[in-house]
Order: sequence, then structure tokens, then C-alpha cells
Amino acid sequence: MELFFSQILDGLSIGSVLLLAATGLAIVFGLMGVINLAHGEFMMLGAYVTYVVQSAFKPMGGVIFELYFPISLVLAFIVTALIGVLLERTLIRQLYGRPLETLLATWGVSLILIQLIRSVSTAMMLGIIVGVVVGFLLSKLLAAKFSEKPFFTYLNGLGWAIAIGIGLVAVNLFDQIRPLAKPWFGPRNIDVTAPKWLQGSWGMIGTIELPGLRIFIILLSALLLVATYWFLNKSVWGLRIRAVTQNRQMSNCLGIPTDRVDSITFGIGSGLAGVAGCAITLLGSVGPNLGAAYIVSCFMVIVLGGVGNLLGTVLASLLLGIIQSVIGSGTLLTIFPDMPLAAKGVIEFFATTSMSLVLVFIFIIVFLQFRPNGMFPQKGRSVDA
Amino acid sequence: MKLFQRLVPWILLAIALFILPAALDDFRLNLFGRYFALSITALAIDLIWGYTGLLSLGQGIFFALGGYAVAMNLMLNTKSQAGGNGIPKFFENYGVDQLPFFWQPFWSPVFSLIALWVIPAAVAGVVGWLIFRNRIKGVYFSIITQAALMVFFHFFNGQQKLFDGTNGLKTSTSELFGQLVGSPDMQTWFYRLTVLLLPLAFLVCRYFTSGRFGDALIAIRDDESRLRFAGFNPVPFKTIVFLVAGALCGISGALYTVQSGIVSPQYMSISFSIEMVIWVAVGGRGTLVGPIIGATVVNYLRSLVSEALPEAWLFVQGALFIFVVVLMPDGIYGWITKGGFRTFLAAFGIAKKAKTYPQLDKEAIPVD
Repeated sequence: MELFFSQILDGLSIGSVLLLAATGLAIVFGLMGVINLAHGEFMMLGAYVTYVVQSAFKPMGGVIFELYFPISLVLAFIVTALIGVLLERTLIRQLYGRPLETLLATWGVSLILIQLIRSVSTAMMLGIIVGVVVGFLLSKLLAAKFSEKPFFTYLNGLGWAIAIGIGLVAVNLFDQIRPLAKPWFGPRNIDVTAPKWLQGSWGMIGTIELPGLRIFIILLSALLLVATYWFLNKSVWGLRIRAVTQNRQMSNCLGIPTDRVDSITFGIGSGLAGVAGCAITLLGSVGPNLGAAYIVSCFMVIVLGGVGNLLGTVLASLLLGIIQSVIGSGTLLTIFPDMPLAAKGVIEFFATTSMSLVLVFIFIIVFLQFRPNGMFPQKGRSVDA
Repeated sequence: MKLFQRLVPWILLAIALFILPAALDDFRLNLFGRYFALSITALAIDLIWGYTGLLSLGQGIFFALGGYAVAMNLMLNTKSQAGGNGIPKFFENYGVDQLPFFWQPFWSPVFSLIALWVIPAAVAGVVGWLIFRNRIKGVYFSIITQAALMVFFHFFNGQQKLFDGTNGLKTSTSELFGQLVGSPDMQTWFYRLTVLLLPLAFLVCRYFTSGRFGDALIAIRDDESRLRFAGFNPVPFKTIVFLVAGALCGISGALYTVQSGIVSPQYMSISFSIEMVIWVAVGGRGTLVGPIIGATVVNYLRSLVSEALPEAWLFVQGALFIFVVVLMPDGIYGWITKGGFRTFLAAFGIAKKAKTYPQLDKEAIPVD
């Protein structure tokens, strides 16, 4: 039975990571109706922020190094939230009310982010800066002269195309200088070592050991969940966000700055993804493909839990985490060695991490046959939108 | 435009049959054969997304199932591939000495030819019915199909003993009619087959999108609730069209597999299935001509870019997604037919602007 409980604990910590990731996704989806397929890549960015912070703290050593993790948690939130706001302002804003299109566009963003992390170098960064600056200057210049003309839009597009070309040339030029051309991260996985106070055990309950890492992740996600709940339900901006969700036009009439509400919502959702990414670094090595592994599980959580419902998200993610961990590790066989042969065969068949996902999906499809809108469907008349 | 649409399959056929083989070497011709095979998938996605409004992110399932059906048959019927027990060699690596029961029927070429589109159609029918029955649609439908895709991926990837897992099944080294499937001669025949099946698929899609059935599909896309209030049950319509699309994807996958030489779980990766959707978006959805253009153009572009700069393709692809979705929602074909090109010329003063309402106002009889 001890094994069983420690598996449950494992499942709870996997579920907590899922919860962290899915909460951000659920907020953005539930409140704004936007499907963000780049959410997994925001997690990846959070993980890389942690890696950078760790590398920066390493030379200092000692107690200061031990403190890098809390700092990287905060930084990961801030950085990914800012990138999220930037993305919302530039791209997502154009696509409100067209969820399927947002889905495709954000997938494009995720591809770009993946390749960016793989091949970014100082030379490339400088080239991008050059391209963007030239683009803005050209666009200002053209607007001053031709903004009234009917062909201005096309001309502006041409200007940006030229700017991209100049940026590419710049990248090639900078690449000639050896030290600038070295990629920052490369396509390989990176490793983050957990600080000492997280390694090892945090005490025992009876005969069950409490691994520090797992407990820390569970506590972290509980804390963030409470914070999110508090923010949405008690703070001024939370009130505004909920108002905009319920009736955008009316909120606008009453003087709520709806665009800023959108940006803040998206920023918080992305920031939570960053924190989730930070937590994942504790569980193993991470790489540019981190996002793809988590995004579908996150969506499963949302579909199972019901949209825009924090309680549903919590239950669904913990449930999925526990199923994955208990079935996937094959623990059931060691606990109940005398089960009938047929059941044994079935459990053995599903006893790998990937096959337990198959089982989870079957479970969800069956569940949706009885409750099509998830565990906690939104109340009131259903809206077809 | 109607006349043009009517002529399209025949024009395509003529180009693909006579002009391309004369102009290209074997390698390039094979590439175009693959693009045309993928175009069939694009047609299928246009059928369900462009006309019925179901954005499926899981078409890779049906694509790969078709591919596996063909590959399994080729594997079994190749003497050189067989190990000690007369079953494909790779089984020995995992200590399997008896052919798994579901491999058995694939000895028969006739069964495999039927299976390569019936199995995907059946899977699509069952999954589709389970989903549509519950009125799951829009984004939820996309997410669930994506989850299903991941499940199939993990199943094929994880079950080394059943399908050789990650390695996939090679077809290029297997034999058909005593010849290597990978040989140039065979490849030319597969190219011809693809070129004949693409217009056929086009006609099938046009059959389903015209007439009363097509009207019902468009009604489902535009306002499903209203259709239901009018007394129609959309579930069978959606299930049938999803099933047909599944069958088309299976055929497409089979053609692609024999021409690319391998089928592997990668065909069921999430990125590949989303890519399929973008071919349709680039070409122009809801047009049937657009997807063929889109699939061919994007894949050709992919070959060009990844030959020149392998690292750049993801950037280009990502930018393409964003560009098409934000600036060209009707795709290339839609942009041309819906007057985008005309507005473009008009902006530079080359073509006259279309007649607009102010002119009508002037001609109207004054009211008093």
C-alpha cells in the first residue's frame, strides 16, 4: 500500500504541473474564447528563463545560488506574461470572434518560437532588431508621404518585406563574426539542477516518505491557484475581467477599458504557463519540444473539467495525473498480484506512460458521452457560438 | 467560374499526365506525385472544414491508417523481407514468432485494397458519430480530434511488437509484381495512378458539395442550430461527410506511402495534421480548387526552402500560417475570385474599381 500512496503522490504532482499549465489555458479560453496553441511554447520559454537564471547564479555559489529558484519563478512569470501581452496586442487582437483562426495563427507562433529557441544566437537577435527597427522607420516614412493613397497598404507591406530582407542580410553579416554566431541554447535538451533544499525528503508520514520536489510542486500550484482565484474574484481587475466576459459591450459602455482587460487576461494566462515551465525543469531535462508534450494533455483537462471553471480544472487535472501515474507505472500489478488473468493482460497493455494516455483518452470520450460539457458545465442557457 | 470549375479536373489531368513527366526528371516527378497524393487529403479537409465547418486536426489518423494498410500487405508479400517463420523480419527483434491476428487478412491484396479506405472510413464514422451525437463542435471538435490523433500516435509508436513502433514500415525495399516498389519504373506507375485518382477525388468531393446534400453541409457550417430548428438532424450529414473525408485521407495516405517509401507514426504527429489544414487555408477553403493549389504550392515551397536552408522552414511555415490567417482569410484562390486581385490593381490605378453604390444612387429615381 505504501507504494500505492507514493504513486498517488507522484500522480498529484504530475497533476499539479498539468493544473498550473491548464489554469492559464483555461483562463484565456474561458474568458476570452481564444485557443492558444502556443501555450506549450510559453511553458518552454518559462523553462528556458529558469535555465538562464540558474546559469547566471551559478558563479556566485553558496546560499545565493540556492535562492535562484524563487527568483526564476518570478522572472519566468514576468517574461512570459510580457511576451503574452505583446502577442495579444499584435496578433490575437486581430482575430477575436474567430476561434478556429486563432488556433491556426497561434500554432504558427508556436512553430516560430520553437525554431527561435533552437537557433537563436547573438547574431540572429541583432538581425531581428535591425529588421524591426528598419521596418518601423520605413513604415513611418511611408505613412508620412503616402498614407492617403489607395495603394498605401500594399506599399506598407512591401516596406516590411524589404525590412525582413535587410534583417536577413544583417543576420548573415553578423554570422561572419565567430563569437556572435554561436547559438545560445541549440536544439539539445538542457538540464536544471534543483537547489539543495528541494532535493531529498521533507519528512515522513507514517512510513511514507515525502519527496521535497513533489511536495513543493503541489504546494506551488495550490498557492498559485488560490492567488488566481483571489485575483479573479476579489481584485478590481478581476471584477473587470469577469464583467467583460459576461457582456463586452455593456462593460465598454460603463467605461471599462476592454482592450486593456484583454491584454491583462492574456498576460496572466501566459505568465502562469511560464511558471508551469519553471516547475517542469525540476522534473527532468527540457528542450525546445517541451510544449507539444503538454499542450494536448492541457486541452484534455479543459474538455474534461468544463470550460472557464477553476474547480473543474483542478479536479480534472488531478484525476488525469493520478490515472497516468498509477496505470502508467504498472503499480496496480504489484499491489494486487492475484487479479484475474484478463484484467492483468489489460493493465500490462496500458502500463507505459504513452499507453496510459491512450487509456485517459478513452476514458474522456466515454465520459463525454454522458456529460458532453465536462464535469461542471457553465450554467444558464447554452449559447451556440 | 462555374465553367472553369467544371474544366478543372481535366486541365489538371492534362498537365499532370503530359506536361510534368516531359519536363521533370524521375526524382522531381516523384516529388510531384507525392504533392498530388497530399492534395487528395487537402480535398478531404476542404470537404469537412471548408464546406461543413468541422476543423479536424486529426486527419493524420486516417492518412496513416491507409498507409499502414498498404505497407502491411507489401511487407507480407515480400520474400526478402521475411524472417525465419515467413513473417516480416522485424518481429524477430521483439521475440514475436506468430503473426498477430490482425495482420493475417493483409496477406490478400484485394483485402488490403479495400481496407486502405474502408478502415479509415470506419474509424472516422465511429469517432465522428460519438462526437457529433453529443453536439460537440467548433473548437471542442478540433481539440478532441487532436487528442484522438495523439492517442493513435502513441499507440502506433509504443507498440513495437505490433507495428515496429517508431521505425515504421518500409515499403521502398518490398516487392510488388516481382519488382522493387522503390524502383523508378514502379514509381512512374504510382505517379500515374495518383494523377488519375486526384481528379476522381475532386469529382467525388464536387458530388458531395453540390445539390441538396451540399446545401445541407453549407447550412451546417453557417448556422447549425437553425438547421436543427428547421427539423433537420445534422448528425447523419456530419457523420457521412466525415466518413467520406476519412476514406479519401486513407487513399491519399496509401498513395503517399508507396511514393515516399515508408509509413511511420510521424504521419500521425500533431504538426503534420495541422499542416494539412494550412494547405487548405493557403489555397482557399470552400472552393475545392484551392486545396489542390494550396497543397502543391506549400509542399513545393517546403522542398525548395528545406533544400536551401533546412533550419529556416519552421520560420517560413510559421510566418505563412500567420500571414494567411490574418491577411488572406480566403486563400489564394479565394483572393483571386473574390476580387482581391482586382482591388490590388485598382489601388495602383491599373484596373477600374468595381461599380459601387454611389453610382446606383445617382441612377435611382428620386423619391419625393
